[in-house]
Amino acid sequence: MKRRFVETIALALLRGTAFAVLLATILLIGSIVRGGAGVITWEFLSATPTEGMTHGGIFPAIFGTICITLLMIVMALPLGVCAAIYMVEYAGSSGLARVIRASVNNLAGVPSIVFGLFGVGFFILFIGRSIDRVRGGGLLFGQPAMLWAAATLAVLVLPVIIVNTAEALTAVPRSHREASFALGATRWQTVRRVVLPQARAGILTGSILSVSRGAGETAPILFTGCAYFLPRLPIVHLGVPFTGLSVPMVNPLDQFMELSYHIFIMATQSTDAAATRPIQYGTTLILVALTFILNLAAISLRVRYRRGLESR
Amino acid sequence: MKSSAMVTPRPAREAVSNASPAKVAFGGVSFSYPGRQALSGVTLDVPERRVTAIIGPSGCGKSTLIKSINRIAEIGTEVKVEGRVTIDGQDVYAPGVDLVDLRRRVGMLFQKANPFPKSIFENVAFGPRIHGASRAGDLDQAVERSLRQAALWDEVKDRLGTSAMELSGGQQQRLCLARVLAVDPEVILMDEPCSALDPISTARIEELIEELRERYTVVIVTHNMQQAARVSDRTAFLLNGQLVEVDDTETIFTTPADRRTEDYITGRFG
Amino acid sequence: MDSRIESKIGKAGTVPVVPGAVRRLRRGRWREVFIETFLRLNGFIAIAAILLIFIFLFKEGIQAFRTIPAGHFLQSQELDFDNVPQTVRLWQPVGQNPKYSLIPLLLGSFLVALPGTLIATIFGVACGIYLAEIAGKRTREVIKPAIELLAGVPSVVIGFFCLATLATFVQDALGTTFRLNAMVGALGVSLVIVPVIATMTDDALRAVPGYLREGAHALGANRWETITRVVVPAGASGLVAAILLGMGRALGETMIVLMATGNAAQVTLNPFDSVRTMTATIAAELGAVPQGGEQYRALFLVGSLLFVMTFLINLVAELAVARMRRRLAL
Repeated sequence: MKRRFVETIALALLRGTAFAVLLATILLIGSIVRGGAGVITWEFLSATPTEGMTHGGIFPAIFGTICITLLMIVMALPLGVCAAIYMVEYAGSSGLARVIRASVNNLAGVPSIVFGLFGVGFFILFIGRSIDRVRGGGLLFGQPAMLWAAATLAVLVLPVIIVNTAEALTAVPRSHREASFALGATRWQTVRRVVLPQARAGILTGSILSVSRGAGETAPILFTGCAYFLPRLPIVHLGVPFTGLSVPMVNPLDQFMELSYHIFIMATQSTDAAATRPIQYGTTLILVALTFILNLAAISLRVRYRRGLESR
Repeated sequence: MKSSAMVTPRPAREAVSNASPAKVAFGGVSFSYPGRQALSGVTLDVPERRVTAIIGPSGCGKSTLIKSINRIAEIGTEVKVEGRVTIDGQDVYAPGVDLVDLRRRVGMLFQKANPFPKSIFENVAFGPRIHGASRAGDLDQAVERSLRQAALWDEVKDRLGTSAMELSGGQQQRLCLARVLAVDPEVILMDEPCSALDPISTARIEELIEELRERYTVVIVTHNMQQAARVSDRTAFLLNGQLVEVDDTETIFTTPADRRTEDYITGRFG
Repeated sequence: MDSRIESKIGKAGTVPVVPGAVRRLRRGRWREVFIETFLRLNGFIAIAAILLIFIFLFKEGIQAFRTIPAGHFLQSQELDFDNVPQTVRLWQPVGQNPKYSLIPLLLGSFLVALPGTLIATIFGVACGIYLAEIAGKRTREVIKPAIELLAGVPSVVIGFFCLATLATFVQDALGTTFRLNAMVGALGVSLVIVPVIATMTDDALRAVPGYLREGAHALGANRWETITRVVVPAGASGLVAAILLGMGRALGETMIVLMATGNAAQVTLNPFDSVRTMTATIAAELGAVPQGGEQYRALFLVGSLLFVMTFLINLVAELAVARMRRRLAL
């Protein structure tokens, strides 16, 4: 009887804590939706901040977030996926390969602020200033810019992408590779025709999650390119030769506004944080929505992918 | 296996010993994985267009022996090979050997059927495709021919587009055989191909081996001594990485020369 | 076509199965070499980028010792108003006589990370056990995505939640002196690492083979006994790894602690005091320091220390996972 009693209580406690976590999630999201939903209007999404950032919208921050995320994807995703394919399919299991794999794994857990330090010290002060010195003519590369912020984020998500991709690749049964080799397929034929088709969904899921992680990070870009307030978008007009036309293009050497940085700065550094609370809530809601869309996509993809694996 | 009388060797066709030229030959082969020696000093001739069975207790090096022929044993690990493994007199471990060509000439059937999660057609067409066939007509022809050879055509001809994973275990193994046949190999290696199959599926595979003998050199690793006796012309007995004895199957199962062979086939160990 | 196939064995030998194979083979070999080289290049660039972080961080960090005596990272002497030397443990990098004691920062970091990990362990492990062993398919499909969504919330959002909502709530409930303190940060940080611990616990327990559970049930153990005596011990290394990784995340978390802990670098053991963590120090000061200066290098030293600490924690966690894999023969 006593055993039965202990079991009932213990299981109820476990169930209780699980639902407490669910409740905490709902409370967190709920408080942000409640605070932010009223603020979100078309004007909020499409206008620039006005009157010392106490009014107006957050369009430059949305624009900056999208730009930097895309730039980060271009820098990190192909590199990370290719590196993972090399590590899993080509590098074998020698001692060195194992050490490299372990350190990549570990880097996925290194604090993001450390990447911020690296971004300032390496990209801006070392690379950027060196370019400026060679180029001559004052500071251009050696200062915070979208390019360096994106590069810092890229270095941050690179190990995450590699780890996720490697996991998806190793999930493909070894017997399929053996069968392919035994039929005389080359390594690349095996990778392209047998391994990648099976790992594709997993790689995609992992990549979306990595990108979503990068898009929500603040610490690495605090000092590498974010601006408190920019009255203009980071756009430069490039003249097309002989036509007299000019094409607007995102300027990667400009600073930019960014959603997560905007939240941080408005909540902690603004002169009257309480007065701009609604703007802070609205910005937070937009950022949450953005990352949720990415995460939901990844989760639903994974559910479909798992079902596919289990039916085999 | 209580007594040797239970094992009835197939009626002798013709004396194989020294009658058939060696297709695959092992000359003093020693094979090691990191920290473990799998084969030591194996010398063995595999006659052309015959079925050679490799028997022996678990962990005696049977799998390594056949996987060393198409150099699958070295995938994903480091290995050390001494001696010579030759096909038609050419050393497969010589520098500059084209692994792709080697593996095209030596097909392999694995212990557990391992079809790709693709359609039946795509599984069989995989080999021809990677070796450069792209004309639809060629592929159709190769797929049909191979599936017929593997006695699977009649069962799947109306559903070539469905996933290979929906086939039964025995059908999957025959599909894997069709996949091997589609690249037109000279030697076919089988690593306990029936160990995961029921008796009926096993019988069908054995029938197929009977037919394959006419065109291919077959090497089959098996745990099942009746199977070795039923399907093979020659039988080699391996123990602790060493070749104990090789002879015509009938001889091995009736009058083995070595005491250890007799102990094994009469079920005294292993 | 049928007429061409006379027997099951066919005539494959007389018809070339693979037209043009030789020609293609030659071209294919070059492609193979090219692709492998390309992939290897990618691998090396990625590894190089990662190695650069190690090297660069330590190179700058070690230079801090050139101008700051090593002992000063623990404590230094300062003359008080009566010109009597006093031992102080302060992080005060700006001013006439800058002080670089790491003690308040380390204490701050641990005052946030330890309670945070503790809270997250209780909830995360319970949640993971519930998911793996008790929840039905339906409940699982509600709670699991919720946890994954929580894991996807950017930390600045949680920091904002702590600052705007949680801090007031905690102050009203407990009557603390400071609205922003280590405990608020710890609660926020635990929100970040609960999903990490829950997911990893779930994975570790689901990797425990079913026959162990069946064996326990067959011996008459009930569900709770099966969980505590069989399943959890079998997955224990995985649980340890989960908690360690959570702790690593807690030590490295920046935005939440920057926004919610009050940022006062002081030597205290009271979790309801305002504290300043190592991460928050870097985040707060890096923007204003001149390159190559003493403070700049000191910040890199703090970063290196942080890196080493989290790296070691992750390494131990990884060993624990490897151990579990071996023991369960996965």
